[in-house]
Amino acid sequence: MPTQILMPALSPTMEEGTLAKWLVKEGDTISSGDVLAEIETDKATMEVEAVDEGVLAKILIDGGSENVAVNTPIAILLEEGEEMGDLSALESAPAPSPAAEPAEADASPDTQTEVAPTITVSDPAIPEGTAMVPVTVRDALRDAMAEEMRADDKVFLMGEEVAEYQGAYKVSRGLLEEFGPKRVIDTPITEYGFAGLGVGAAFGGLKPIVEFMTFNFAMQAMDHIINSAAKTRYMSGGQMSCPIVFRGPNAAASRVGAQHSQDYAPWYGHVPGLLVIAPYDSADCKGLLKAAIRNPNPVVFLEHELVYGETFDVPDVDDWVLPIGKARIVRPGEDVTIVTYSRMVGYALQAAEKLAAEGIDAEVVDLRTIRPLDMETVLNSVKKTNRLVTAEESWGCMGVGAEIAAAVTIGAFDYLDAPPARVHQVEAPLAYAGNLEAMALPGPDDIVKAAKGVCYLG
Amino acid sequence: MAKSPSKAAASKAAAPKNLKKTTKAEMLEFYQLMLLIRRFEEKAGQLYGMGLIAGFCHLYIGQEAVVAGMKAAIKDGDQMITGYRDHGHMLALGMEPTGVMAELTGRIGGYSRGKGGSMHMFSVEKNFYGGHGIVGAQVPLGAGLALANDYLGNGSVSLTFFGDGAANQGQVYESFNMAKLWGLPVVFVIENNQYAMGTSIERASSETQLYKRGISFGIPGEQVDGMDVLAVREAGLRAVKHARSGKGPMILEMKTYRYRGHSMSDPAKYRTREEVNDVRQHNDPIDYVKARIIDEKWADDAALKEIDKEVRAIVSDAADYARESPEPPASDLMTDILAPEVA
Ligand SMILES: Cc1ncc(C[n+]2csc(CCOP(=O)(O)OP(=O)(O)O)c2C)c(N)n1
Ligand SMILES: [Mg+2]
Repeated sequence: MPTQILMPALSPTMEEGTLAKWLVKEGDTISSGDVLAEIETDKATMEVEAVDEGVLAKILIDGGSENVAVNTPIAILLEEGEEMGDLSALESAPAPSPAAEPAEADASPDTQTEVAPTITVSDPAIPEGTAMVPVTVRDALRDAMAEEMRADDKVFLMGEEVAEYQGAYKVSRGLLEEFGPKRVIDTPITEYGFAGLGVGAAFGGLKPIVEFMTFNFAMQAMDHIINSAAKTRYMSGGQMSCPIVFRGPNAAASRVGAQHSQDYAPWYGHVPGLLVIAPYDSADCKGLLKAAIRNPNPVVFLEHELVYGETFDVPDVDDWVLPIGKARIVRPGEDVTIVTYSRMVGYALQAAEKLAAEGIDAEVVDLRTIRPLDMETVLNSVKKTNRLVTAEESWGCMGVGAEIAAAVTIGAFDYLDAPPARVHQVEAPLAYAGNLEAMALPGPDDIVKAAKGVCYLG
Repeated sequence: MAKSPSKAAASKAAAPKNLKKTTKAEMLEFYQLMLLIRRFEEKAGQLYGMGLIAGFCHLYIGQEAVVAGMKAAIKDGDQMITGYRDHGHMLALGMEPTGVMAELTGRIGGYSRGKGGSMHMFSVEKNFYGGHGIVGAQVPLGAGLALANDYLGNGSVSLTFFGDGAANQGQVYESFNMAKLWGLPVVFVIENNQYAMGTSIERASSETQLYKRGISFGIPGEQVDGMDVLAVREAGLRAVKHARSGKGPMILEMKTYRYRGHSMSDPAKYRTREEVNDVRQHNDPIDYVKARIIDEKWADDAALKEIDKEVRAIVSDAADYARESPEPPASDLMTDILAPEVA
């Protein structure tokens, strides 16, 4: 049987790509491991290697073709001794589609965020008439670091693969080129060690940005984040400070399993002496990361891999800095308050749209900062809507939602028309299987259900 | 590349590796296993490309001789533990290709019933203790298995595999110290494939001769041509004997190479195509085995092709099984979190 070569998925989130160029031609003999073609994804150019052996009989998609969907047949391979005539049957047959398989179809939670919801940046800080520039979250974070590094030569970046590789998720793209290896430092895989070195360097007068490839690996370094960074000011009677930023992607990515999928907001949010920020869109990522770098305290800055590639408006001003500790209302509403942070802000906005269609006017509060919590904004909202739903990716037990619910119960008890509801991951390590992962993680529909519940409509 | 394995091999060319003592049966077994690992990994790469495998998937292609040679050096009851690049170790220990592949697709027929994925599989029956996603974390765990062996007096040895990148984690040295201090039966197998993601060993390690890393703990170390399965087996036999006889841990640094990117989404721009091709063409671990078999006339091309065909059939069955096996039922979501208490 002639073999179809299909457009491969080269990353967990790739759906289509550009078939940049063929490195073999029709008639070539191919053995497994040969590089067949170059394919471009949003993050990188990758080489496609042959798995099967044979003769490349026909190229179906030319080099230079854009938007080629994953699994489209791109060429046909004949085994030794096979005839070109065998081709016709195959060409009319549809390519095997994994969508027809029992798994993958719609299982991945990120099918829920295909369209980045629109947010009207309504910060009072933005002067009337300011122009807006669309920027990806990834580039907004990079711009924040670059601007602060230009402004202050004490600021430097270190972490695994941040320099030559340009960041495992390409967040530090271009920084090595601009600032050189003294200020953009590739570390060995030694989180406990380099986090400690970072804290020591901060004691010594520098302003380190320590990137964790993901926050899952910061668990190795937690002792320094908590015992060395967060507590030293207090223990020294105010003598020492530790101006450091620990940043990187936090929470679940896509199907990367239990050890690589955790939301640490409640873990760090527990600790006095730390500032904890978990922003959602590009403007907040930029404005808050700049604030974090300037802040004289240790800051844990929780990003989200699954929004790195999304584009949002950023105000085109010289020095876009936002205050730490201020929540924002991303959608005003009258009937129910949804309090959330990070990627779940997008889900909450989607949920609010669905609720609107059913006549429920939800107000969405983006916490932005987890510690200190802006309870004033939350309480004012609940006093208006009289109903509270919290939404987070982490486990519920001892979580951010638990803290908010407690604070609202204490601070606005008389205003509540229903007990608060919490939306969060199920209380289990995250499974790899597509269906179990989707069941475990909260999505827009869970928020809709909880909101209807507190409105006594579900 | 000053320390590419092709150079290491070149320096050993004076004492040709092909003349190490072996038998026809042993070499054919190595050939079958190493080919199984390679074809399995190629198929996994293909299924990943079709969207049937998701998340992280780290292929073992190029490193087959390390696990095949170490498997030949151990006895029933000895354990293996490694990181996330673990498919080869499982196949070497005789875990079913169907069950491993079905775990890669996240299905009920997988070794972890779909809950673990590529990086997290285990088989107590086959003495495989994972499958760990946090770089370096398996090293104290492996030493701990050895502590249990010592405590229980069961005579078993723990083989603890980790990469050149992992070799820089602090817990590795904490483990070295305790393993030597307490004379634990563990062999630390460093799979030095020259890169940790995009970072070459020269850019991450002040001492790149990793077999020396035990010196200050008094742990003997050996550097081994990890592309030569017989060299691996011989060093493995020495190390396992050392550990089993109560002399404590040993370190084996396997000089090897990974052909593919770090995981499926690595564009691998940190090394040249030529560097990879050079190893592939001049230092391939499966080619060595094949050449020796042909030289000794233990089998001809046709017979080896037959083995290849059998291996492809096993792998293709595994792939079919992995597609057909259903996803785990919803009722699995909240199971296996805590062990039931015994009354
Ligand atoms: C503690 C920790 N830090 C970072 C990572 C991300 N990571 C996964 S594999 C890897 C490279 C490891 O290289 P090496 O030990 O040489 O093993 P190889 O991949 O070459 O087999 C990194 C940095 C991780 N999984 N765990
Ligand atoms: Mg390595």
